[in-house]
Amino acid sequence: MKYTIMVNEGPYQHQSSDTALQFARAALEKGHEIFRVFFYHDGVNNGTRLAVPPKDDRMLQKEWSELAEKYGLDLVICIAAAQRRGLMDASEAKRQGLTADNIAAGFHISGLGQLIEASIESDRTLVFGD
Amino acid sequence: MAKKFMYLNRKSPYGTVYALESLEVVLIAAAFDQEVSLAFLDDGVYQIAKGQNPKAAGMKNFSPTYNALGDYGITKMYVERESLAERGLTEDDLMPIVYEDEDDDYAEKPSVQLVSRAEMAQIMAEQDVTFSF
Repeated sequence: MKYTIMVNEGPYQHQSSDTALQFARAALEKGHEIFRVFFYHDGVNNGTRLAVPPKDDRMLQKEWSELAEKYGLDLVICIAAAQRRGLMDASEAKRQGLTADNIAAGFHISGLGQLIEASIESDRTLVFGD
Repeated sequence: MAKKFMYLNRKSPYGTVYALESLEVVLIAAAFDQEVSLAFLDDGVYQIAKGQNPKAAGMKNFSPTYNALGDYGITKMYVERESLAERGLTEDDLMPIVYEDEDDDYAEKPSVQLVSRAEMAQIMAEQDVTFSF
């Protein structure tokens, strides 16, 4: 089965990013394909590399990056949602005249069209949110 | 073949950002030539209520955008009858959203269709992709 995953809530605040991560991992281990993971609303905060959770807690952002590296996952952060919330990659930061960027490895910023295209191409679209 | 996309709106228009960002997805999605419909239930029915004025709360009134959706080819907006009734609302409390039917000499037709909870469940079951906001 070919899946698209949409993540609509921020890490730690809400369980849906944990559930999405666990689902993605389980599906990939079973040999399914994940066409794209699209982060929207506060879900874009899953893509910051500046999170430093307590040592005895899980590290959601890092786990997404590791999963992306292991399976070649396409992790896309919505640009409109990211701009509102201060998520920047290097080229966007430069374009906006900002001095810092904060995107974690394996994530990239793109438009909402990526979500629609992924849903057209996939057998199932799963929304993880409130 | 085009897929059936439904955008399910369950939350009130201000208070949280879901409604506004849902509308942003809908506007982009309209360019993809798929069969698009919107559904409004629970507090989501307030998104298309008449006479919105959130200025005092420092928010922008984005409700006129729903009126423009017909120009984007989005002509199906299902509203759950029970959700209206539970909130003491009737169809008269909703904006009179219309679209121009190009197959019928551009006659103005209502986009909003009131459906029962059971009918809404059936419409949802017919979709290929359902985004819930």
